[in-house]
Amino acid sequence: MKIAAVLVAFVAVAALPRVLSPYHVTLVLPALAYSIALLGFNLLFGYTGLLSFGHALFVAIGGYGAAVLSSKLGLRSFEAILLLSAAAAVAVAIPIGLLAVRYVKIFFGILTLAFGMLFHSFLFKFYDLTGGDTGIRVLRPSLLGRAYEDLDKTTWLVGPFYYYCVGLLAVLAFVMWRLVHSPFGLHLVATRENRRKAEYLGVRVRFFRLIAFSISAFYGAIGGAILAVNTGQADPELAYWTHSGELVFMTVLGGFGNFFGPIVGAFSFIFLKDQLVGLTQYWRFWLGAILILIVVLFPRGLSGLVERMWARLHRSTPS
Amino acid sequence: MSALVEAIDLTKRYGDFVALDRVSLAIASDELVSIVGPNGAGKTTLVNLLTGLLPPTSGQVRFKGEDIAGIGPVMLAKRGMARAFQLVHIFPELSVAQTLAVAVVSQTSKALRFFTAVADDAAVNSRVREVAAIFGLDGKLRTPARLLSQGEKKLLDIASAFALSPEVILLDEPTSGVSSADKHGLMRNVVDAARRAGVRAIILVEHDMDLVAEYSTRIVAIQAGQILADRAPADFFSDPEIVAAIVGKRPARFGQGAS
Repeated sequence: MKIAAVLVAFVAVAALPRVLSPYHVTLVLPALAYSIALLGFNLLFGYTGLLSFGHALFVAIGGYGAAVLSSKLGLRSFEAILLLSAAAAVAVAIPIGLLAVRYVKIFFGILTLAFGMLFHSFLFKFYDLTGGDTGIRVLRPSLLGRAYEDLDKTTWLVGPFYYYCVGLLAVLAFVMWRLVHSPFGLHLVATRENRRKAEYLGVRVRFFRLIAFSISAFYGAIGGAILAVNTGQADPELAYWTHSGELVFMTVLGGFGNFFGPIVGAFSFIFLKDQLVGLTQYWRFWLGAILILIVVLFPRGLSGLVERMWARLHRSTPS
Repeated sequence: MSALVEAIDLTKRYGDFVALDRVSLAIASDELVSIVGPNGAGKTTLVNLLTGLLPPTSGQVRFKGEDIAGIGPVMLAKRGMARAFQLVHIFPELSVAQTLAVAVVSQTSKALRFFTAVADDAAVNSRVREVAAIFGLDGKLRTPARLLSQGEKKLLDIASAFALSPEVILLDEPTSGVSSADKHGLMRNVVDAARRAGVRAIILVEHDMDLVAEYSTRIVAIQAGQILADRAPADFFSDPEIVAAIVGKRPARFGQGAS
């Protein structure tokens, strides 16, 4: 049943370019990027119980990785760009993680926030290296060796690039699914639930947290690279703390207690933001109000709400 | 004497306060050693030193001949000593089977498997079922720990320590919070399980003197940071001074002697 629902959702997302206008399809692209980034983020938040307030740092590393590699170093293969950016994110995550995973709760949150802000000022101040507030252009990469030079930018984005990202999300979601159901994933949840007990059962708590932190950085960078290719630009806003806040917002909106919650959150957030921005200049106010309602009324997020309705539906139908 | 766990001249100071003062103690195979004493006598400090949680100010702690002073819980589990706490420690959202699987898996190379589903691992599952059955939890394998009764949570806590297949297990007031009617049942369960699981020695911290009298092979009484007595139960309870200092009253098993 669950597998069928996932397949239907996958086919529906893959079919969107056939039903939606190109403008709306370009809106789905960031939703795909955020879905990937948040799958990683939620390994840390939902499964390991560590709430990072600086996760945009890794998204920005992905974005700047794509920018530097494509426009400064002339690298065109998107696969190579993804792997190198994600590797850079992991390389940054390990030293930060070594310090941060010694802490939990607000202390972990503040530390990650601080590192995110450091990186933001680095991007902002080192103009020669990072282009300062204007950032760096991202050139169109080749996908699986194909350049698609005959396509204009929008056709390329809503065509090959879109399907590429849908495929990437499917692969990375599958990998994450295996991760959270593996012995490794079980140990992560154990450290979240009772750190002390986990240690006495022989679980190397900090080591496991560090691995989770690194994997979440890897996913964050992949999401960031997609975002930057989509906008054609990597700028410091990617690393700004409000962007980290949006990642938290999306995850809470979708529900961090459910594997698919982050994906639901990414899609709902992008849709919601687009609608609100079109309606009112006070869209931030309404986003905030919606977040308050979600936290108070549906602490398990939209996916939790769907789960509950699903359970109720099944109970009321006689079997 | 080949001691399994050995404390040599252990001293622990907190500032000027001497919590433990030159305590020596050896525990061999097939022993069940109870550590008793009034609150604040230094039992908890001793236990924390014996399990490598705290480093001693001076002295040594040895387990199977190796120094384990301050090695911490993870290494302790790896070396083969498990500890269950007085307050119930569980993973509220994990099921009984998952909780036991954490312990079963953590001691194997499987802990770092990222792509195999733990629920499909036949070897892990059979060990999980085996441990659950010993503690009568086999009917609740899929129940989340938070939905268990208080007594079942306690059992799960102890069962998960057993799932490590330890050589020595330290039980810190295993029957606290368990009704007096169930205390003996729980202790019998634990002692039987330990025997079947190949546990070589049990260290028990317990206030209930009936249980101590019934199950110990040796009793170590601590008072004001020092060992007041280290004797077999019969000797222990026949000494009116010790009984008065530590116990207050004699357990039923050894009758109401003159005092």
